Amino acid sequence: MIQWLNDPGNWTAPGGILDQLRAHLQYSIIALVIAVALALPVGLLIGHTGRGRWLVTVANAMRALPVVGLLILLYVMLAPHIHGKGDTVYLLPTEIVLVLLAIPPILAGTVSGVENVAPDVRDAAAAMGMRGSQVVRRVELPNALPLVFSGLRSATLQVIATATVAAYLGLGGLGRFVYDGQASQNYAERNAGAVLVALLAVAADLVLALAQRYTVSRGVSGRFPRGRTSEAADGPGGGDLRGEGGGAADGPPVTAETPPSPHTA
Amino acid sequence: MVSAPVSGRKGGRGLVIRFESVSKKYPDGTVAVDRLDLVAPSGAITVLVGPSGCGKTTSLRMINRMIEPTDGRIWLDDRDTATVPTHQLRRGIGYVIQHAGLFPHRTVLDNITTVPELLGHDRKRARRRALELMERVGLPPHFAKRYPAQLSGGQQQRVGVARALAADPPVMLMDEPFSAVDPVVRAQLQNEFLNLQGELGKTIVFVTHDIDEAIKLGDQVAVLQVGGRLAQLAPPAELLSEPADTFVAGFVGRDRGYRALGFAGAGRLPVRQEQVIALGAASGEARDAAEGGWVLVTDAAQRPQGWLRAEADADPPPSTPAEPVTEAQLNLGGTLASENATLREALDAALSSPSGRGVIVDDSGRLLGTVTASEVLARIEQQRAAGERSTQGGES
Repeated sequence: MIQWLNDPGNWTAPGGILDQLRAHLQYSIIALVIAVALALPVGLLIGHTGRGRWLVTVANAMRALPVVGLLILLYVMLAPHIHGKGDTVYLLPTEIVLVLLAIPPILAGTVSGVENVAPDVRDAAAAMGMRGSQVVRRVELPNALPLVFSGLRSATLQVIATATVAAYLGLGGLGRFVYDGQASQNYAERNAGAVLVALLAVAADLVLALAQRYTVSRGVSGRFPRGRTSEAADGPGGGDLRGEGGGAADGPPVTAETPPSPHTA
Repeated sequence: MVSAPVSGRKGGRGLVIRFESVSKKYPDGTVAVDRLDLVAPSGAITVLVGPSGCGKTTSLRMINRMIEPTDGRIWLDDRDTATVPTHQLRRGIGYVIQHAGLFPHRTVLDNITTVPELLGHDRKRARRRALELMERVGLPPHFAKRYPAQLSGGQQQRVGVARALAADPPVMLMDEPFSAVDPVVRAQLQNEFLNLQGELGKTIVFVTHDIDEAIKLGDQVAVLQVGGRLAQLAPPAELLSEPADTFVAGFVGRDRGYRALGFAGAGRLPVRQEQVIALGAASGEARDAAEGGWVLVTDAAQRPQGWLRAEADADPPPSTPAEPVTEAQLNLGGTLASENATLREALDAALSSPSGRGVIVDDSGRLLGTVTASEVLARIEQQRAAGERSTQGGES
């Protein structure tokens, strides 16, 4: 397998690793973009209004569908209606399957992210005169981001792993090596394909972890420079001999309340 | 209609809030507020107080329509709140809640500028004003970049107050803002809040379940009864001296006689000179200066630091005469009363002092002298007698 991977010809040839990597990424990114475009707004709406929670249950139930079976079913159903246009007849069923897989974790993450925003925080937002949409955009989404990201990351892993089946319908992607290797009993090629899929998934997760780090507010993720939280104090305590009579306003801080450790998802 | 027993403060810039027969009934038949008539005068603090379930928070939240009344009207000056779009109404009303409800993802500064931002105010000006407000509520400027999770409860509440004030609203609603912090910080926040209000003169409606807080902060106090009925609306002193019915009397509490002393200035108390020693002086000196076994210790600026036990069988055991007096040996039990303290503060200073002598200080914290409990009591008797004479004089 290492030998197969080390052969430069296997990488650069037409239909080689680089080509299939590009195709694999393409299928995955299309599916994820569509899934986010659908699940994020719907999830925000469900979380904000508290209505339509059953949709999350339905979406979760869809995860139980067998991927290959669904793929074939969709192909059989859709093929008669699609004529010409190159790969579309294969691409469409594949993308539908991938989108269906990606929606549930993103939806569930978004809904619980919004639901986990402290009630008094939303209350304050509304009471300060934010409209509903402003509450969602300015308060609920930024605070839900860690859970939105964890949904997106688990969807990404799943989509990249599952995009392998595109090759089953004769499309490209890293699945090509898995199916071709299996068919031609070239096990080095088959195993290399599987390892490449796993590596791609890990790499994608790292990229998203980085994106999460830069988009989630430090106030939410709780990444503060060390030693800055402990000096929180409320100034001099009044009430004893040194307090109430005045003149003690410049006294040293006496109460060092430790703030509650912020919630991290 | 209930007339307002308190007129607005002079120079008050707030609006008048008027409840006109306001009710809130829930579909299940619960009545949270029952035909409430109430006027919160301009520039004054109106406290709504009562046991849980009395509808005080519901009443408050009906003002900014976080809860819609089922009946009646609420007026801000001559504007019926029901005719104003809610988001517009709320942007003109400051709102402070129990746990501050700060936005965790925004820095202190960004939290404070929320409403000016919603109103489309100039960003630079809003930030400058936010920094001013931080100073006013007692937050150092380097807190501006911190997040709420980095602050203590008391600090968060200060940010909450600054945020509510950011767009300079004429009206402030406060829902138990100080009840989630420890008593020491609470007292501090209350005092600073009163100072701030002295400068700003907002119309404030303040909800609490704590009658002491109500009496301390309120220009007028509305006592609500379970079922949302107004039991009494009166200035705090009147609430203590003339409770309208047994419910109010019971709610106001048993030691209301003592608490009422908090509304009577002690006047010039006959303070006695006290022998003091400086912190760090020799212990032998303390024993010579002691009176009744106790001597008051001050710092270099004549500010009282604590009482020192100066008897042979003292505990902690006396040090050798040459050893200096240290802070650790001091008894800090006594409270201080300022020269223009109320009778309650003066009496408390005397009662809490281990020597029985209450310490009176001037405005900068320097020692003026001491006063005993019996001297304060004599003053109370004297004032009572004077009060009776003046009322009799008025009747004849």
